[in-house]
Amino acid sequence: MTTVIDVPHSLDDRSFEDVFDQLAPLPPDEKILLDARRTRWASPFGLTALLTIAQTRLERPTFAVPENDDTASYWSRASFFKHAEGLYDITGRVPRARQASESSVLLEVTPVVHTQDVHTVVENIQQRAQTILSEKLHLKSTVTMRFTMALSEICQNVIEHAGTGGWVAVQAYKWQQRLGGRNVVVIAVCDAGMGFRKSLESAQGPRPGDRWGDAMALEETVMRGATRFRDPGRGQGLQGVKRFIGNWNGKLSVRSGTARIAIVPTWDEDDVMKEDLAPFPGAQVQITIPEWMPDA
Amino acid sequence: MISHIDVSSVLKRSVCDLYSNLVTRPTGAAVRIGIEHHLDEIGDKSLAVLDFSHVGLLDFSCADEIVAKLLQQYVSDDIPRREVYFVFYGMNESHIDAIEAVLERHGLALVTQLADGAPALMGIIEDDQREAWEKICELGSARPADLADAIGVPHEKAARTLDTLWRRRLVIRQESGYVPVRGVIS
Repeated sequence: MTTVIDVPHSLDDRSFEDVFDQLAPLPPDEKILLDARRTRWASPFGLTALLTIAQTRLERPTFAVPENDDTASYWSRASFFKHAEGLYDITGRVPRARQASESSVLLEVTPVVHTQDVHTVVENIQQRAQTILSEKLHLKSTVTMRFTMALSEICQNVIEHAGTGGWVAVQAYKWQQRLGGRNVVVIAVCDAGMGFRKSLESAQGPRPGDRWGDAMALEETVMRGATRFRDPGRGQGLQGVKRFIGNWNGKLSVRSGTARIAIVPTWDEDDVMKEDLAPFPGAQVQITIPEWMPDA
Repeated sequence: MISHIDVSSVLKRSVCDLYSNLVTRPTGAAVRIGIEHHLDEIGDKSLAVLDFSHVGLLDFSCADEIVAKLLQQYVSDDIPRREVYFVFYGMNESHIDAIEAVLERHGLALVTQLADGAPALMGIIEDDQREAWEKICELGSARPADLADAIGVPHEKAARTLDTLWRRRLVIRQESGYVPVRGVIS
């Protein structure tokens, strides 16, 4: 028997909770079909999380391609199908992948498995980031370096803590309704590894007390810089990312297990902490940097 | 002996000749080991100018592996690996961001050479140590008595401060007195 998972019309970190909700009751060996035929748009989070789902299944899942040509073409240019074909049985017409000339794709969906992948990500993004961040987001050129540092650190977290590979994608786009139609750049890094709680527990075991769980593990790591390593130099990457986010009025959210923590800027109304979400392995990180407006 | 070390060249030799960015811990560890090998080949007392001019990006993890772990070996209060002084040269704003974060985390300090050639301190340093260091830069060289006179503190305190600065490898101890750590690149 195959269970059909409906992929939302517009797929971002919020609407992806619908997908996680549908998946949660299913055993990992159950055959699933992710039906994205009616999907019209996906954020980097949507694309990377879709690939991550396939890595959690024991039975190779099926993926139904968006019927809208523009959507499917964009996903091809973002290299989604290139990787999906290795993880899913694909049904529907996959447009031929062309070079990502699409200027809003800062970084195509890219696997992060080994240290050299982080070098590849950094080398690939630098030139395009310089142009897009300065022209669309009006960020100073020096900010581009800090942006790439943040990207590098988030990717390294996958290699060091996930225990499996993950996926990264970066895209710049204009929000139609939020932030008065401002441009934003969005980084998403998703993996289906051990997640924050198990990473901390791998060094110290479960913490005593009723509160210990995914939410507290996220608080400890994201807010207080805890890591499983004894080396006091560890944990600086995520703290550096937080500084960058704070300086540039950005947003950081990290979902792991059944909880999601966010550093929420004034332009957003998200919850700082969400608990009791549908369980999903690993960690799913999103960073949003808005266009710089000195008077905003 | 003064040794100039182009960090970008060490990266290309130690890791991959296609890379220009210092990112990831394994890369940082490989570069640090490359620098250590270079330092092992020079004398027991030396000044190493670490040149970051051709380094693209330096992230926090790599800065921790290269800068913090290198300094920790040579500025140890008990038995430092050898008497090596460092000047960090050619750093851009983003390099400084990453390095300041790791210095703060470990309570370390270093000497950097600014674009105008003047040395400057970065990292965690107490006010009296900074005042003494700046005075030595101004004087060019000082014994404890000279420093005590120049900043108006007792001789013993000046001697202690100079000793601390020397142990942190922020000044060089010579027979003639203490001299500031400076690079020679202009």
